[in-house]
Amino acid sequence: MPAPSDFRARLEGERPYLLRYATLQLRDADRAEDCVQETLLAGLAGEAGYDGRSSLRTWLTGILKHKIVDAIRRSSREPAMALEPEGDPSEFDALFDPRGHWTDAPTAWERPDSALERTQFLAALEACLERLPARTARAFMMREHMGLETEEICKELGVSATNCWVMLYRARMALRLCLERTWK
Amino acid sequence: MKLMLPCKEVTRLVSQGLDRRLGFGERVALRVHFAICEGCGNFERQMKLLREAVRQLGETGAQST
Repeated sequence: MPAPSDFRARLEGERPYLLRYATLQLRDADRAEDCVQETLLAGLAGEAGYDGRSSLRTWLTGILKHKIVDAIRRSSREPAMALEPEGDPSEFDALFDPRGHWTDAPTAWERPDSALERTQFLAALEACLERLPARTARAFMMREHMGLETEEICKELGVSATNCWVMLYRARMALRLCLERTWK
Repeated sequence: MKLMLPCKEVTRLVSQGLDRRLGFGERVALRVHFAICEGCGNFERQMKLLREAVRQLGETGAQST
């Protein structure tokens, strides 16, 4: 086991990565900063719990995930939240003709199979995620990254199941369009 | 439910299928549609790839900065 100060320095070294990860999901620099701070403190306090089997980053990311879910829960209890899904309902109309058929049909994406392709695909995906409206992005990440059930997300965000599905639908449609341009 | 859905409706159902269990009629309608519509088949595969990739976002970060 390394000296305590050494461990602290290694934790500190993960701060930029954790901050990027939290910002992607919370879309709020201050709250992301708070979550990362809490995570690093928890990491420091829980040093004994770190068995070295996973990388330090993976271990810290696991702690951070819980902090992010907590932060989303806290903020959704604040009354200022808009309850309607963000964005324009006709936003994707141009993709379809009046009979509802594709005007520009989706293409077959090449599967990112090599490690390099996977890294590139994930980088493209991250850039596309950053362009989503904040609340839509949070709902999408809770569903697809954290793996929470829709029911729980609706409750946390204070929206109906239908609005929740609409938000997730818009997120997927927007990400697809964005990736269609950046990944082929 | 009509057997031949418009593509726009198919995209909604595919998305909801990732969030709730679709009914029997909905699943059949999707399968019929995919059999004749390549664009929607591609759409469904894109959605699956998207789901897989988003799950990996933190993990691959474990190797890169």
